Amino acid sequence: MNRKLVSAVLGAAMASTVLAGCGSTASAPAAQTEETAAEEETAAGEETADTAEAGAESAAGKVYYLNFKPEADEHWQSLAAAYTEETGVPVTVVTAASGEYETTLQSEIAKSDAPTLFQVNGPVGLANWKDYCYDLTGSDIVGNLTSDAYALKNDEGAIAGVAYVIESYGIITNKALLEKAGYSVDDIQSFDDLKKVADDIQARADELGVKGAFASTGMDASSDWRFKTHLANLPIYYEYQEDGIDRADAIKGSYLDNYKNVFDLYITDSTCDPAELSAKTADDARNEFLNGEAVFYQNGSWEYGSLSDKYSDDELAMIPIYFGVNDAKEGLCTGTENYWCVNAEAAPEDIQATLDFMNWCVSSETGTKVMAEDMGFTIPFTTAQESPNVFVKQDAEMTAAGKTPVSWNFTTMPSENWKNGVGSALTAYAAGTGDWEAVKAAFVDGWASEYAMMQ
Amino acid sequence: MEKAIRRYWPVFVLPTLAAFIIGFLWPFLWGIYLSFCQFQTVNKVKPVGFSNYMKVFADPTFVHAFWFTALFTVASTLIINLAAFGVALLLTRKIKGTNLFRTVFFMPNLIGGIVLGYIWQSLLNGLLSKWGWPLLALSEKEGFWGLIILMAWQQIGYMMIIYIAGLQNVSPELIEAAQIDGATAAQTLVRIKVPMVMPSITICSFLTLTNSFKLFDQNLSLTNGEPAKNTQMLAMNIYDTFYSRSGPQWKGIGQAKAVIFFLVVVVISLIQLRFTKSREVQA
Repeated sequence: MNRKLVSAVLGAAMASTVLAGCGSTASAPAAQTEETAAEEETAAGEETADTAEAGAESAAGKVYYLNFKPEADEHWQSLAAAYTEETGVPVTVVTAASGEYETTLQSEIAKSDAPTLFQVNGPVGLANWKDYCYDLTGSDIVGNLTSDAYALKNDEGAIAGVAYVIESYGIITNKALLEKAGYSVDDIQSFDDLKKVADDIQARADELGVKGAFASTGMDASSDWRFKTHLANLPIYYEYQEDGIDRADAIKGSYLDNYKNVFDLYITDSTCDPAELSAKTADDARNEFLNGEAVFYQNGSWEYGSLSDKYSDDELAMIPIYFGVNDAKEGLCTGTENYWCVNAEAAPEDIQATLDFMNWCVSSETGTKVMAEDMGFTIPFTTAQESPNVFVKQDAEMTAAGKTPVSWNFTTMPSENWKNGVGSALTAYAAGTGDWEAVKAAFVDGWASEYAMMQ
Repeated sequence: MEKAIRRYWPVFVLPTLAAFIIGFLWPFLWGIYLSFCQFQTVNKVKPVGFSNYMKVFADPTFVHAFWFTALFTVASTLIINLAAFGVALLLTRKIKGTNLFRTVFFMPNLIGGIVLGYIWQSLLNGLLSKWGWPLLALSEKEGFWGLIILMAWQQIGYMMIIYIAGLQNVSPELIEAAQIDGATAAQTLVRIKVPMVMPSITICSFLTLTNSFKLFDQNLSLTNGEPAKNTQMLAMNIYDTFYSRSGPQWKGIGQAKAVIFFLVVVVISLIQLRFTKSREVQA
């Protein structure tokens, strides 16, 4: 009796799980078709009405945004809620874990409920996703861009993405410590100045109470992007400038010696022994800077949020990564690797809803305010509000003073694999287990072979 | 009872069968098909024939990862099984606190591979920098031994439990008879205990062999393939092909690698099973 009961219960439990499984899979598409049918009706009814207002007036369509920036997740969620409240259009924001964006996008976009709004990092990222990018030519958001340069075009010339944030990076400087050492930011106008100041600070480190001039050049795989990508942008930038191009299948490496000089400076005048760098992270570097153990720290305007808790705007400055090429004219590295793309495979009403949402984010009072103040973004749209970010302000000041911002060319780097190769070689070079020739090989030969493999 | 089972067998078989088909068989077949295609997402695929497989063998990192993995598998299987068997022998001797020791040895198994990898990375790096040696991410040799240490630490306890169970099943009469016949401790071990625990050895070597061959988490967190992909094992090489390369052609190549990987694992484990099974004895 007892045994029978047990087996009956077990059988029922198993059966119910499988039934529940079938039930949910079977009912979900059904519900969806109903929904889409209803949406199609409303969409058809409104076709005569102004399309720009279609999203605002009814709940036709929905938006699913796969966000790239974990640090801005909270603000995106609140922005999405505000938009839904205002217009009734449901907006879902999902944020991929740091470094997992491609992986997440890959699996999400294959689902029936795919992201309608996602992002690529530039021409190389676009190569992967070009089949999924809706042609944005003529859309409202493109009309609001401050410059054509912020529209990402595919090989056929259609606008596949729009940049939604402009960022700058350079050498973040602790002005108070610099003054304590007897210098001011104005004393540093070239690579030679920077080296002189850094060497002096390093020599007097104990006296000044710092561990080193530069925060540790963390080469851990999670953090080496500061050097294999951001710093590596400069030799590419100057080579492109010299050749008057903006992309290349092969690179000559004409400015790799300058790259070496800057990297040598970073690892020599540093808070730690170069042999330990392979295990250091960007968080370590930030903490050293926050604790006043280092005067300089290479990173970007996105760091403002975490630095401004400790330092006032007067104590922070960002100086260009002087490269010893054209220091008098060199500004901060300013550009973007964040391009919004609309999923061309999404339902037409979802695409429309997404376009409306994007445009609302960058043109409405609420949207621009959240983007400027909470997220700290400079957005390249005519309707943008001023960002309180001190680094962003400095970038504008430098440009006004006649310096040329260094553009972001690392979006043309052939692949993640190339960056990893350069990163590994740099790490080995820093620790003394490898030489600079290996870095050159990874940079120049790696570039050519990666591009060759893309064909 | 038997009649009831005959009548209601679908209730018992179908749920598992359905789960097996949905969760394993279908993705598996689909995966094999994808290895002959070029694709970015699994909805849009373009068949390209065998070209993915040709490119796999032209990729030096895959070949390197293969040999690295093979070497790692041999070393870790030997070390883990010998150590686990040794500990099991010690802990079946009725030492005081045996249960406590067994628990302590087993515990590392309860921690996930990623966490372990990061913990051991800091531990080993601390030691290496104290000795003034290059850190883990800089030397292939150190990365290799680091992985072995990590895996041994994690797996010995688990294998030990299986060996203990086997050793406890060796009937005391056999051992007593051997002792009366004048067998030394070493003879008892080699002639009685080892043949009697052969089923445990089969299971443990199978588990360690396949675990080592398919290792991913620990590899990712401990060395991440550094320096320059030299400590990349097969599973990670496949992941890397799939996700850190630009362009749809890499997805198919990664998929082809995965199919080859599957075949290799199957062949190796079948050989191993046949080999150890043939040595099992009936008592």
